[in-house]
Amino acid sequence: MKHQSMFKAVGVTAAAVLAMGALASCTSVSAGEGSDTVRVTLANHVWTDIIKDRISEFEKDTGLTVELTQLGEDQLSDQYNVKLNAGTDEIDVMMYRPLQEGKLFAQNGYLADISDRVTANSDWNWDDFQSGPVGATTWEGSVVGVPTITEQEVLYYRTDLLEAAGLDVPATLDDLENAAKVISEDNPGVAGFVARTARSAAVTQFSSFLYSFGGDFIKNGKSVIDSPEAKAAYEYYGGLLNNYGPENVSTDMSWPEAAAIFAQGNAAFYTDASSLYKNLTEAENSTVSDSVGFAPFPAGPAGSKPYNVPSWALGINEASPNQDNAWKFIEWATSPEMTLDIQEAGVPGARDSVWADPAGTASFPPALAEAVAIGSETGVGYDRPLVISVAEAREIVGAPIVEAITGGDVDSVIADAHEKFQAFLDGENK
Amino acid sequence: MSATATTRKPGIGHSLSSWANQHRKWVLAAPAMAFVALMIVFPVGWTLYLSVTDASGSVRAESDFVGLQNYLTVLSDTERFWPAVGRTVFFTVGALSIEMVLGMAIALLLWRPFRGEKWVRVAILLPLVATPVAVGMMWRLIFEPNIGFANQLLKWMGLPAQPWLSGQDTALPTLMFVDIWQWTPMVVLILLAGLTSLSDEPEEAAHVDGANAWQRFWYITFPLVMPTFITAILLRGIDAIKTFDILYATKGKGGGSFHEVETLNVYAYGLSFDYNRYGLSSTVLILFFLMIIGCIWILTLRKKRSSL
Repeated sequence: MKHQSMFKAVGVTAAAVLAMGALASCTSVSAGEGSDTVRVTLANHVWTDIIKDRISEFEKDTGLTVELTQLGEDQLSDQYNVKLNAGTDEIDVMMYRPLQEGKLFAQNGYLADISDRVTANSDWNWDDFQSGPVGATTWEGSVVGVPTITEQEVLYYRTDLLEAAGLDVPATLDDLENAAKVISEDNPGVAGFVARTARSAAVTQFSSFLYSFGGDFIKNGKSVIDSPEAKAAYEYYGGLLNNYGPENVSTDMSWPEAAAIFAQGNAAFYTDASSLYKNLTEAENSTVSDSVGFAPFPAGPAGSKPYNVPSWALGINEASPNQDNAWKFIEWATSPEMTLDIQEAGVPGARDSVWADPAGTASFPPALAEAVAIGSETGVGYDRPLVISVAEAREIVGAPIVEAITGGDVDSVIADAHEKFQAFLDGENK
Repeated sequence: MSATATTRKPGIGHSLSSWANQHRKWVLAAPAMAFVALMIVFPVGWTLYLSVTDASGSVRAESDFVGLQNYLTVLSDTERFWPAVGRTVFFTVGALSIEMVLGMAIALLLWRPFRGEKWVRVAILLPLVATPVAVGMMWRLIFEPNIGFANQLLKWMGLPAQPWLSGQDTALPTLMFVDIWQWTPMVVLILLAGLTSLSDEPEEAAHVDGANAWQRFWYITFPLVMPTFITAILLRGIDAIKTFDILYATKGKGGGSFHEVETLNVYAYGLSFDYNRYGLSSTVLILFFLMIIGCIWILTLRKKRSSL
């Protein structure tokens, strides 16, 4: 009898909870199938700021309402992890990183197949998109995203320091090392070179050094991070920071920290993504804004091979009931006209026609535009291991970078990382 | 009263209220039970279930039952799990010990009324009201090795610069310092509440008998305030063992490039949100949960004994 009463009490409570749930769900009905509200989740980026300012134009043209959520990179990843895992239909358009999460999201079925949509409108012109970025937003033959922002690794340098030292702009990695040495010796307190040092964050920037030394992360499904070329690249990148990097170099630096050191006039050379140049050239961010030079990534034994990648793309949540309107937003945000406008504001896009248009490169400093153009030709289409669980892979292949920066036993760490990376690849290929 | 009125069947409202009256204890406890079921039993049960599967990538994807395999994997992991356990214990015991000693000392100083007491209390409580992530960001700037205030201060004093949060060996102690800075006030508050509730008589009697200040504290005040002291250890200890915000805000995912501040919490978070290995992550969390329950059990036993 006692149990029966308890069940009744639990039943009453459950009914109340369900009723509350039903009431709560009523509030979100308005954003369902064919809803006039498109829910868009975007990352903090200059691209997003430009789009945000012009959303009213889209709303006026289409009669739709855009509900925008804007988050930092890490928060965005965590949000997707939680919400998409729970099968949410509360996101229609999602901005994502094709090389970081693209494979994982596509494999999990989070991204809708938009193959038919991208080819439906010839004016919008899907063929105009660069093939490298398109490859990164394609999963098993289906298009799952539209690339929005591209970037290449370039060399930033201080024109005044180089001039004072009587040195030419480094064209090779040997020149770069020599110039970093000379400038750091001549200018106490100024580092010869700065770049990302954090284990995972450094991997993408290290990749251009790896390719230029003739190495790679994976070859035919096998780890090749222990090849002589890869070893030389690890030793070079770490050695440059260890010998000529900032004093007390931290191993936690991602781009904001590394760029800040350069922008405060504390380093002569800095290698990072081309899209970051405004952090160095705008007076409000940089004390050396007048003396920043740009050069193509210096050539290594295998030539100059910087990465040339789509850093962000737009996709549609597979669980969204409002996919038609979500596509309208993507089509508008990635149209040739919008891509040109955004590129004119300094954010490099993925459309060939915009790069061919003089107006598309007019806003970039000429030397940067040239460096980007060269990088686009010689570049490699990925800047991290092309696997499903990218975060884990980056942690593994990043270990020797940090060891080299701190002047540790690089060989043994490479051997250990190679073994772990191979085991990781075997696990993914099961 | 008419016959029809006395024979009429009671209405549904009447039956419901009579049923509720008879089962008052269940009806009144129902909201709390529902809350516990939804917010505690279900999440823990679900985590327990995930810990015996190989769930990864997406929790909605099919996963296989793997029995205790995850537990064997985690417990034999000497590279990430056990060092994380070590760091968790080191951080908690180290920070907590200093917080308790400092907290007791400050509480004793504030115990007796003095001039400007209110202002001192407000100043001491300030770190407690700051948001942990903001605190993390603030200390990160202070401890920045090249441009931070801490090294600037050392430079003025003619001392060599320190790596602070950037050093493999110095990062965790630096974060313990931040934790102590922020949470000692909470210990002070709890102990002060315990001290003010004590009667003055035993201490006055000891004073009359010639006991010095240390003897009066060690043999009279401290034993009397012991139950409050253990409550403070319990509350702060549970909080310290779960510390995540300042570690994550200052060192990011993985607890730094060498995992130098990776505690169990940070490790489980990384397994889940970075690696998408939900089975393994759940296993770490269940083991962590058991560890916390074990600590609470030991402390509760100790508290019972001291109350006897």
